[in-house]
Amino acid sequence: MFLIECPWCGPRDESEFDCGGEAHIERPADPAELSDEAWADYLFMRTNPKGRHRERWVHACGCRRWFNIERDTVSHRITAVYRMGRKPPGRR
Amino acid sequence: MTKYSIFSLLRHARHHHEKWPRAWRSPEPKGSYDVVIIGGGGHGLATAYYLAKEHGITNVAVVEKGHIGSGNVGRNTTIVRSNYLWDESAAIYEKSLKLWEGLSQELNFNLMFSQRGVLNLAHNQHDLRELARRVNANRLNGIDSEILSPEQIKAFCPILNTSPAARYPVLGASLQRRGGTARHDAVAWGFARAADALGVDIIENCEVTGIRRADDRAAGVETTKGFIKAQKIGAVAAGHSSVVAAMAGLRLPIESHPLQAMVSEPIKPVLHTVVMSTTVHVYISQSDRGELVMGAGIDGFTSYAQRSGLSTIEEMSAACIEMFPITSRLRMLRQWAGIVDVCPDASPIIGMTPIKGFYINCGWGTGGFKATPGSGWAFAHTIAEDRPHPLAEPFALERFSSGRLIDEHGAAAVAH
Ligand SMILES: Cc1cc2nc3c(=O)[nH]c(=O)nc-3n(C[C@H](O)[C@H](O)[C@H](O)COP(=O)(O)OP(=O)(O)OC[C@H]3O[C@@H](n4cnc5c(N)ncnc54)[C@H](O)[C@@H]3O)c2cc1C
Ligand SMILES: [Zn+2]
Repeated sequence: MFLIECPWCGPRDESEFDCGGEAHIERPADPAELSDEAWADYLFMRTNPKGRHRERWVHACGCRRWFNIERDTVSHRITAVYRMGRKPPGRR
Repeated sequence: MTKYSIFSLLRHARHHHEKWPRAWRSPEPKGSYDVVIIGGGGHGLATAYYLAKEHGITNVAVVEKGHIGSGNVGRNTTIVRSNYLWDESAAIYEKSLKLWEGLSQELNFNLMFSQRGVLNLAHNQHDLRELARRVNANRLNGIDSEILSPEQIKAFCPILNTSPAARYPVLGASLQRRGGTARHDAVAWGFARAADALGVDIIENCEVTGIRRADDRAAGVETTKGFIKAQKIGAVAAGHSSVVAAMAGLRLPIESHPLQAMVSEPIKPVLHTVVMSTTVHVYISQSDRGELVMGAGIDGFTSYAQRSGLSTIEEMSAACIEMFPITSRLRMLRQWAGIVDVCPDASPIIGMTPIKGFYINCGWGTGGFKATPGSGWAFAHTIAEDRPHPLAEPFALERFSSGRLIDEHGAAAVAH
């Protein structure tokens, strides 16, 4: 249980939000060209890191808008909140 | 190994039970083993035990980062059943249940395995049809399972609110009479003690920090107690499976979530069976000490923190009071969470990997306790023979690229 800073509504209780899973997984441009393994990797395989993680959240019981956060999966500390389509902060 | 019996109990009573020997040794790791098992949970220990007992491979180490029983094997709500939908799942969970039925004797350890029956409730027409489908599938697979009407449910479990006026009325249930509960930490200790007696080294407080490879083969594990060479490595790390797999350069279709449970203060016997509801969402039984033991759904985000939110407790309590109004004034004693390894099809992954000599057993998620002996049985065979046991074969990692998923979200009975 933690607070999430919605880019539109400000800090709200986590129970108002739904987590949409790992961020920055891009749909392959040409699915027909993919091997079964590459398709499985896109559909099912996840980084599931212990530590810093980037994920999508939606403010389900609020403004209902999606955004990305960077969160530590052990301490639950959120280090960045940024809009959909943006690159994570500090990524070269 | 001292045999536990009424006589050894009497003998030790003379010394006020102060002279019992250790249940298993505490060895330093040797330089090299035939098999190293990563993770001393129920599944890892069962694997080591069956490797020694069924396959004669005794030069085995179980490497555990904490102490035995500190993972999910000691954190679950101990429900054992085999009423899964698909043939592949029915086969492995039923094999497991058959092993449970003789396990206390075999391990010479009282697992308090109690076949008190498991009720799965239906609260709407969809639930009812799904249950009927599953009961029929179970019976075709030789698994005991029956449908109860609301009247029969009330007679079987009087404290359950079966009033048609309930917010989520009980329309029916499936009952597996051979299902029940077992004492979870006894399962870990029993397997640890029996494996140790067959020569397996159980190395506690030793974390695997890396996996060394030689070309396309696994060569050994880096640990906080130094490098350990291994012919074969079995990774059985439950909530940490992705972390361990990443050490070998492998990606898994798994996400780790907190799953929470709690127990109440002890009360007189009121519940002699296990009741599970997917719709109202709680699963509940009464321990021999009298505590009500109840489990929740997973938290919706990934976490390795072994703690969980207050809102989950609130939902679990609300569900409990909805189903059992007599619990409304019950006080709760303890609450905790474990980190479970959730797979997209709510089925486990057991088998080989692209790395020779590196085997994985994970993805049991919210429901692997019941499978502890069967999983160890099939995984030990897979490692020993270097090919999947027939029970494990359908659960290979390749199913995610072949598309042969085994969807058990209905039978898994925990929201994820
Ligand atoms: C609250 C809760 C309720 C549950 N209820 C039920 C139920 O009613 N019925 C049911 O069937 N299942 C239930 N489950 C699921 C069940 O507990 C698990 O599926 C099962 O215990 C997992 O297998 P395990 O016992 O081997 O896991 P664990 O006991 O978690 O074993 C994995 C071990 O690996 C160790 N490890 C991890 N990384 C490393 C490393 N790098 N080096 C060394 N060691 C490492 C960990 O410390 C841990 O001890 C529940 C789980 C929870 C959390
Ligand atoms: Zn908002």
